[in-house]
Amino acid sequence: MKHRAWFAAALLAAATAVQAQAPIRIGTFLSVTGPAAFLGDPEQKTLELYVEKLNAAGGVLGRQLQLVAYDSAGDAEKARTFAKRLIEQDKVDLIVGGSTTGETMAVAPLIEQAGMPFISLAGAVVIVEPVKKWVFKTPHSDRQACERIFVDMKARGTTKIALISGAGGFDKSMRAQCMQVAKNHGIEIAADESYGAGDTDMTAQLSKIKNTLGVQAVLNCGFGQGPAIVTKNYRQLSIGAPLYQSHGVASKQYIQLAGGAAEGVRLPAAALLVAETLPDSDPQKKVVLAYKRDYESRYKSDVSTFGGHAYDGLMIAVEALKKAGSTDKARVRDAIESVRGFMGTAGVFNYSPTDHVGLDVSGFRMLEIRKGDWTLAR
Amino acid sequence: MSAQFLQFLLAGLTVGAIYALVALGFSIIYNASHVINFAQGEFVMVGGMCTVWLGNAGWPLPAAIAAAVLLAALLGLALERFAVEPARGASVVTLIIITIGASILLRGLATLVWDKKLHPLKPFSGEAPIQIGGATLLPQSLWVLGVTLVVVLLLSWFFGRTLLGKALLATSHNRLAAQLVGISVRRVLLVAFGLSAALGAVAGILIAPITFTSWDVGVMLGLKGFAAAVLGGMGSGPGAVVGGLALGIIEAMGAGYLSSAYKDALAFVIILAVLFFMPSGLLGQRSADRV
Repeated sequence: MKHRAWFAAALLAAATAVQAQAPIRIGTFLSVTGPAAFLGDPEQKTLELYVEKLNAAGGVLGRQLQLVAYDSAGDAEKARTFAKRLIEQDKVDLIVGGSTTGETMAVAPLIEQAGMPFISLAGAVVIVEPVKKWVFKTPHSDRQACERIFVDMKARGTTKIALISGAGGFDKSMRAQCMQVAKNHGIEIAADESYGAGDTDMTAQLSKIKNTLGVQAVLNCGFGQGPAIVTKNYRQLSIGAPLYQSHGVASKQYIQLAGGAAEGVRLPAAALLVAETLPDSDPQKKVVLAYKRDYESRYKSDVSTFGGHAYDGLMIAVEALKKAGSTDKARVRDAIESVRGFMGTAGVFNYSPTDHVGLDVSGFRMLEIRKGDWTLAR
Repeated sequence: MSAQFLQFLLAGLTVGAIYALVALGFSIIYNASHVINFAQGEFVMVGGMCTVWLGNAGWPLPAAIAAAVLLAALLGLALERFAVEPARGASVVTLIIITIGASILLRGLATLVWDKKLHPLKPFSGEAPIQIGGATLLPQSLWVLGVTLVVVLLLSWFFGRTLLGKALLATSHNRLAAQLVGISVRRVLLVAFGLSAALGAVAGILIAPITFTSWDVGVMLGLKGFAAAVLGGMGSGPGAVVGGLALGIIEAMGAGYLSSAYKDALAFVIILAVLFFMPSGLLGQRSADRV
């Protein structure tokens, strides 16, 4: 009898010891390769860097973090497959991922069904509107980008613009949002062109815009290869009106691809890109500067806002884990939803049951590309 | 209105010239062996990617271009020697599937040797657009059109005036007869593949400064080049050029005047239309079988 009791106690102790050592599994699927590579690549690098740093500092809740990563290459089908694998086979505790809107939306039904806390790194407002219980996101939404751009345009006296957008989920969503909020800022959309996903020549569409009378500015909704080619074609056609891009091009890769044509392009982006030039009194400076230095010293390449979204997602997840005190999915979800006043690279996050974006436009700065680098627009 | 039309026309001619070069590659191989080489697009990709890679490694542009074309030609030779020749006696469908397999292999190798990112290539002579009657043209477009013209002239000289070129043509007309007069069909096939690969590489290098290059540009360009070859008449050299230019212009006009979202679909609708109504293409020969 006594032996049995000792044996059971020892087994229980061993089991709890093993359980305490079991790592917290954070799953991710990102577009590391493919058309959205300059979103997914810095995202993955950021997640790897900070999981390492957190583990070196003792982990979370006394447990090490383990990152389970897959490359969905910007393909919604692959994203679904990997998300399923993360939920059912890898049995992760939460997911921070989904570089593009298309992938996130494809995965959302799986997430809702499985009851898995999911922080998306994609842009379109449709991800959180209507609010899905288990889906949160860290980038500013496309509607906020439209609003920020229109505020800038209005301040410069622009009233008539042309839109040009691609075929992807984010492109279409942002176009719809911009068309919806334009009248609130007194802006008329005089032309609306679109291009295909793999198109390599947009001179036809831009030529039509050029010949539309009274267009004072052009807004390109999209990310990846498309906007880079639009920018090059724009300069080729010598269109004098200012070109606005979305925060989907907030990466040095865009400037590298578009070359000299990117000079003078304006876009709304997180203060992260101009971290050094922020005044010391800026509340965001500390967080963005620290992230910028960590990322650049480790990877020897320029920081982008996409890596910043991944940083925000991971740190919010860690905050939620600490708040929940366990990896119980429902409690972690509730903890994420109750995050208030969290300073990330994109701004201050205040989640709530009706707001799974958490950001307001204050963290969104209007930037201009000058001499191949980001500057605050004057 | 006419300035816009001119803009579309110029854009169409530029991309049409690229399709023409790719279509020529298809036609040359088809002529020599009745095989449709679906790895043609990958030679286009190799040309562009290799030039970018060597350029980044510090090679001067002309040397990088020459090396890239040479590498593509060697790959074409390797494809013929190791994939097509051993399956010599197999049916045409088998050979086509072999080339599809080769194209997948080449794409995979490209992601290993290089990477999956988009790469820009510096334009050969600057980016300052040239104004022509209200439309603008990139200097790179002039390079594309000029080099394509030179290539077409060189090829017509090659096929019309050199013994090797005539041997290629002879093999395409009647393989058995060509063998009987002492033409080495094996050598002809090697030349055909190598030449087509070099043409594809040249196309890839010319277009890379305008459209960027990456590991998978070959898929769409190869298919569109195939559509151009079918349009012009598979196996016909002038047909390939006419088909390429026509396809480029139709695409540009379609994007400009109809809908820009369905640009890609136009090429494939054209394949269907040609196969339904005019299977031998615009300039192809009506094939007749003796019963």
